[in-house]
Amino acid sequence: MAATQENQPVIDIRNLSCYYGDKLALDNINLTVNEREILVIMGHSGSGKSTLLRNILGLLTPSSGQVEVLGKEISRLKKKELYELRKNIGVAFQNGALFSSLSVRENIELPLREHTDLDENTIQIMTMMKLTQMNLADHGDLMPAELSGGMLKRAGLARAVIMDPKLLFFDEPSAGLDPVTSAELDQLILQLRDALNMSIVIITHELESAFNVADRITVLDQGKQILTGSREEIKASSDQRIINMLGRIARDEDVDAEAYLHKLTHKNLPRK
Amino acid sequence: MNLVNIAQYISGFLQNLGRAGLFLAAVLFRIVTPPYRFTPTIKQIYFMGARSLLAIVVCGIFVGMVVALQFYDTLVRFGSVALLGAAVGISLIRELGPMITALVIIGRVGSAVCAEISIMRNESQIDALECMAIDPLRYLMAPRVLAAIISAPILTAVFITVGIFGGYFVGVILFEVSPGSYFGGMYDAVLWGDIVMGATKSFIFGLIIIWTATVKGFYLHLDKSGVHGTEAVSKVTTDTVVLSLITVLFADYIVTSIIL
Repeated sequence: MAATQENQPVIDIRNLSCYYGDKLALDNINLTVNEREILVIMGHSGSGKSTLLRNILGLLTPSSGQVEVLGKEISRLKKKELYELRKNIGVAFQNGALFSSLSVRENIELPLREHTDLDENTIQIMTMMKLTQMNLADHGDLMPAELSGGMLKRAGLARAVIMDPKLLFFDEPSAGLDPVTSAELDQLILQLRDALNMSIVIITHELESAFNVADRITVLDQGKQILTGSREEIKASSDQRIINMLGRIARDEDVDAEAYLHKLTHKNLPRK
Repeated sequence: MNLVNIAQYISGFLQNLGRAGLFLAAVLFRIVTPPYRFTPTIKQIYFMGARSLLAIVVCGIFVGMVVALQFYDTLVRFGSVALLGAAVGISLIRELGPMITALVIIGRVGSAVCAEISIMRNESQIDALECMAIDPLRYLMAPRVLAAIISAPILTAVFITVGIFGGYFVGVILFEVSPGSYFGGMYDAVLWGDIVMGATKSFIFGLIIIWTATVKGFYLHLDKSGVHGTEAVSKVTTDTVVLSLITVLFADYIVTSIIL
């Protein structure tokens, strides 16, 4: 581990804030991901996890602050440079985001066909390897609509890693899956890190999965970064929001009686 | 409704218009610069052109027949049924051919393309393309736009041809106008200018329809009408049909007035 710490982090986020219109979606986020590290970003729905991911991927432009990925600052890159950088990044979307007009195999082959000059045989073999690795060897010729939720996620993962990226993002790997399938996916993620030396960022709200795979965890709540640390640090935290999350206790929001009354009476009044 | 609302509405409209303009410029740039995408373009031409043929042929026959019927009924009052071929030919080539073909394309192609693209946006497939470093404008939009501006004039030509024979059926076979005067009159009356007008219109209509469909679908997530997900998909698809209909009719008048 000592050797990796001398290296530059693969992701370096400094003072990142992001607005959606007037709404502050991310508030001063500082985060690094090191080589061969699995970082899990946790939080409720609406906590800003997806916004953070979209900022890192360059799908959104930060309102302020910097996002550096593989040594390049995302918001300063030209379109061409951004595409060049993204060839080293794999993203597995929540529901796979496979193209419904292509078969599973064609989906997985797509980045190879677009970005490499490999011959047909090599493409076939590489695709088959990834399909086998994801336990989808018999399902390559099916269309995405014919796959189950777990298979879609695995196919999305296969497409994300087909170019052997240095950096992998995985959005909600275990959402909507049964515990066994979810545990299998966790195993796959660990294998990918160990076999291909990837740095991996996972976005999830599933506690169990997070604690199974994470080297470090960062917890977001309403756009704010509450805590970043190892599994043990998260478990030992005294922050009430994290204790609630670990104990699965519903949020107990402080309600200002007057503000609540105002909301109730004014929100639905006709505008003048 | 006050001044602020009106100003917001206008600025929103201009914003959309500007975005759509830049989008079209970017797509056209990708059509003319390599790497070209031949196979997807051929597939789209098959979908937009070849698969629309039946609808175009059926519409063409009936429109040609009804135009001949109307003209026959009018011309017979003036005793000039010999002009039937010329009247049918000119009205189909200049106006009805491009227009009604555009209506068929809006219904068959515009709605389908918009629904397809907006579902891709809705299911993060377009984000996935971006993340795979594949330019969605080049990969998805360029073949569709190119296919539409190739298909629309060809479909229009087919429509006009079929329509002329539909008119022949009514005029010559049902009402016994002489076949020589039907085609001869048409040959004498139709000028190159008429054909240029029809061709220009069909090209412009094809571009307008595919532009509206792709831009509406592609910017689904920026649609500020307050609906999301599948509801937004159905809304932008309806919007596409209505908007391209209005724009095509408007463009029809403009093009006609410029060329005449």
